[in-house]
Amino acid sequence: MPSKGSGGIEYTQIQEIKGPLLIVKGATKATYDELVEIECRGEGKKLGRVLEVGGGLAVIQVFEGTTGLSVAGTKARFLGRTMEIPVSDELLGRVFDGLGRPLDGLPEPVGHDFRDVNGAPMNPERRDYPTDFIQTGVSVIDGMLTLVRGQKLPIFSGAGMPHNMLAAQVARQATVRGKGEDFAVVFGAIGVQHGEAAFFKKTLEESGAIKRSALFLNLADDPAIERIITPRVALTAAEYLAFDLGMHVLVILTDITNYAEALREISAAREEVPGRKGYPGYLYTDLAANYERAGRIKNKKGSITQMPILSMPSDDITHPISDLTGYITEGQIVQGRDLFRKDIYPPVSVLMSLSRLMKDGVGKDQTREDHMEVSNQLYDAYSRAQELRALAEIVGKAGLSGVDLKYLQYGDIFEQKFLKQSYLENRTLEDTLRLAWEALSILPTSELTKIKDSYVKEYYTPEEKKE
Amino acid sequence: MAVKGKVVWINGPAVKAEGMAEAKMYETVEVGQDKMVGEIIRITGDVAFIQVYESTSGLSPGEPVYGTGHPLSVSLGPGMMGTIYDGLQRPLDKIAEKSGAYIQRGVNITPLPMENSWKFRPSKKKGDEIEAGSILGVVKETPLVDHKILVPPTVSTAKVLDIVKEGNYSLEDTIATVQSSGKKLDLKMYHQWPVRKPRPYKERFDPEVPLLTGQRVIDTFFPIAKGGTGAIPGGFGTGKTVTLHQVAAWADSKVVLHVGCGERGNEMTEVLVKFPELKDPASGRPLMERTILVANVSNMPVAAREASVYTGVTMAEYYRDMGYDVVLVADSTSRWAEALREMSGRLEEMPAEEGYPSYLASRLAEFYERAGRVTALGSPERIGSVTLIGAVSPSGADFTEPVTTHTIRFIRTFWALDTRLAYSRHYPAINWMTSYSGYLDYIEKWWSKNVDKEWSHLRGEAYQILQREDALKEIVRLLGPEALPDEEKLVLDLARMLKIGFLQQSAYDEVDSYSSPEKQIRLLKIFVDFHHQALSALRGGTSLGDIRSIPIIPNILRAKFDIKSEELDKLDKLKEETSQAFKALSTKPEVKAVA
Ligand SMILES: Nc1ncnc2c1ncn2[C@@H]1O[C@H](COP(=O)(O)OP(=O)(O)OP(=O)(O)O)[C@@H](O)[C@H]1O
Ligand SMILES: [Mg+2]
Repeated sequence: MPSKGSGGIEYTQIQEIKGPLLIVKGATKATYDELVEIECRGEGKKLGRVLEVGGGLAVIQVFEGTTGLSVAGTKARFLGRTMEIPVSDELLGRVFDGLGRPLDGLPEPVGHDFRDVNGAPMNPERRDYPTDFIQTGVSVIDGMLTLVRGQKLPIFSGAGMPHNMLAAQVARQATVRGKGEDFAVVFGAIGVQHGEAAFFKKTLEESGAIKRSALFLNLADDPAIERIITPRVALTAAEYLAFDLGMHVLVILTDITNYAEALREISAAREEVPGRKGYPGYLYTDLAANYERAGRIKNKKGSITQMPILSMPSDDITHPISDLTGYITEGQIVQGRDLFRKDIYPPVSVLMSLSRLMKDGVGKDQTREDHMEVSNQLYDAYSRAQELRALAEIVGKAGLSGVDLKYLQYGDIFEQKFLKQSYLENRTLEDTLRLAWEALSILPTSELTKIKDSYVKEYYTPEEKKE
Repeated sequence: MAVKGKVVWINGPAVKAEGMAEAKMYETVEVGQDKMVGEIIRITGDVAFIQVYESTSGLSPGEPVYGTGHPLSVSLGPGMMGTIYDGLQRPLDKIAEKSGAYIQRGVNITPLPMENSWKFRPSKKKGDEIEAGSILGVVKETPLVDHKILVPPTVSTAKVLDIVKEGNYSLEDTIATVQSSGKKLDLKMYHQWPVRKPRPYKERFDPEVPLLTGQRVIDTFFPIAKGGTGAIPGGFGTGKTVTLHQVAAWADSKVVLHVGCGERGNEMTEVLVKFPELKDPASGRPLMERTILVANVSNMPVAAREASVYTGVTMAEYYRDMGYDVVLVADSTSRWAEALREMSGRLEEMPAEEGYPSYLASRLAEFYERAGRVTALGSPERIGSVTLIGAVSPSGADFTEPVTTHTIRFIRTFWALDTRLAYSRHYPAINWMTSYSGYLDYIEKWWSKNVDKEWSHLRGEAYQILQREDALKEIVRLLGPEALPDEEKLVLDLARMLKIGFLQQSAYDEVDSYSSPEKQIRLLKIFVDFHHQALSALRGGTSLGDIRSIPIIPNILRAKFDIKSEELDKLDKLKEETSQAFKALSTKPEVKAVA
């Protein structure tokens, strides 16, 4: 029978428990999306959310999993509100679990406000188009995949590749030239191993950024369904820091693949018609609800830059998770197995990678006047080099013309000098562009069709011209 | 009396309500205490299935549902141009004034600026006979668009009893009183029209005139006609949005409808930032003066995404009825189809392929059927057109998935974006072997009459080079280019030159972004001529190596960047210089001998 407690309405009739779902009977006052507190003898309190309501039944997704719940003796208290977290500047320097509860032994931060973790869609008319160049000190990113403030740029990776290192390097080195503004890092771990989370924490500690960071950790052995909430909690915190407190927030979410798997689990338990590979048909919309929480707002100081990480099952970029992510984010940094095997760090497959916001973040005012054209030429020439490499495998180098051989040489220098750098190396933009020109100067000028003559005159320095 | 029912079940945007036996199919309803907008999409007994256009978070069974008696409609009148709307035609700037940077639900706003006053110039007078669609007068909506005030299509033949004098009026003012089948009607400067119902017209024509987009691969190789249909499918990052932005920016149409349907917020913002700065090539006026945006981005409620394409196409038809050429670009129709799939799934309908409902094909057909070149209703006689172009986002870039395969059945221009081309930074990544245009026959006539008699022949020759290269590619892959005779190597060279110097077109280069038809044809001539001259030079004994090192080649390849659309003389000069270069080549041996 329902009873009104201190907060919300309690129901005790459980109709069914299946997978992560709890179905409550007689819940006539339940509302869609409502937060539910579930209590069962000896199990402590669990949290859940209403997914469907009608005909006296409420279907609840239990974040901590239904293990240990029984039909008899389980009480569900409907709290009359959606899930919220307290937000304030006290979030910084703290570590929370995947639902936003303190993990560091300190008390719950005093909230200046409470925010619905689902957020609300940003009005496109109020968005400010992102154009501020972020220097990451990583040549391939700064030179060819420029990141700007307010962008969502994921790393597509595969098992065993150094995506965490690359994200950590970006988090450590990112600066906006000429600006010493407030920054913050929000880190959301979604079903990753302890070691990976510890690595990020250590990196943030070493660079001193930990005081300006908020960590939300759902680790591999934490409840799977909680993973649906973790990015939402992290992004809610980020929105507060960015748009209430005016900070420039970098959000790193890893690993989105685990997130999507949790969604699939719920969908399967609800016996929904699956889309590709068993993932629900609404995976796109669901991912978008998270990714679109990046950006800038007119007349507000802060920004949210997102760098989600996802591991592609079998390195397959057409897998639904990477595919749908690519359809939402503003580009992607793809790590390639072949480069990784060649021991090149960062092993970024430049041809498959893209930064869609680069064009407005580079040029005379933000970086250098030749930047965009240099980048276009680097891509073009590398693509040609790759074609010729494949050809040389078959016909041998003898079957190639002199210019073709120059392209092969360019390909090697590009990989070994421009792309490859150390995890600890923080290159200036000038260094990056110098290395780019060094590689391009291997080619005869007649091949540089993407670059204006005047830039070629200024920056082209073939080997023989150097003193 | 409008119905009043009660919510009994909620599953995301899908809601069931009982007590709805009197409700009509596709009637709009107000759901719950917050009066969220919804639409009835199925009725079983007295239970109505409602798709709710706003977030149902916090909605509870037992809350009321009110019928409105009307189908989902848009308001059509002056004040739409330059506006950014959501999928239900609510101006996003007005929403922001009420709810700030984030969109809250239950915001009730009129689509048109009711407070504005417009200078109305009547074109009918007392005693005139009018009919549905007749023009009552004109309002200058923007410097680019004269907004014709139309008699609503629902009014039958009538007589003007009274019409206001030239002057300033607001939308709610009666501007004309007419007598129609015995009844007196007051007409205003705007009327409503249900979005799912195509607006009527007199007669439909074959599309004969190209929609010029300034994009070379489109206009020259795979043109689309005014009033035609086109689709641009491609994996993520292959260039659908950029191409559609280019079409929206440069198309020689009077009005542009840009529907952002389930895509990125920043892309709509980009249009809002750039279009006021870009100038229409014909008039020199800011592009925003002829553009309407409908934005229901990916994180806005999914059901409204479904409505947004209908909202857009209804507005497009309305401007068509004024006698204008209108182009609507929809990015992306796949997200619209997914919205259908999501609602269908929540209603537990029997799915067809990949979970899409069995009516996916008929919905796509109905949508593309709303394109066309027509004579509008009423007087005076006028011709207008709606061109529909839809992006398709196939999962895994696989063109055999349902949305792509069904779309292909209903469109006539197909621009296939190729992931491999995009990876190699060949933009626009429109694959020239798999794309096609069903309008070539008509459009050929237009080009030879208006631009150059040789168009068809030049296009054919250039296309043949590309086709031959495609056939040779396989041999090259196996044996290397050296295995080919020189004339075939030349074909490879030419194809590469065409790709770099003609097909590739940067949307971000100030000069290259737009190519006038005259620039396109001159460039094309330079390449085709180059081939002829190179071939005769080869046959005359010149080596391929010498041809390849002609110093003018880089200039030819950069001409698209270096020479503006209006500098046609420079292109003619370049062609002349190319011929000179070949002449110099054939005399070179003697020069050498002397030296
Ligand atoms: N004509 C072009 N000129 C220059 N760059 C282009 C052109 N077309 C595409 N690009 C490049 O490709 C990128 C991706 O293009 P776009 O955003 O149009 O892809 P899309 O097909 O719409 O992807 P999605 O399906 O994910 O929305 C652009 O950000 C730009 O860098
Ligand atoms: Mg796009």
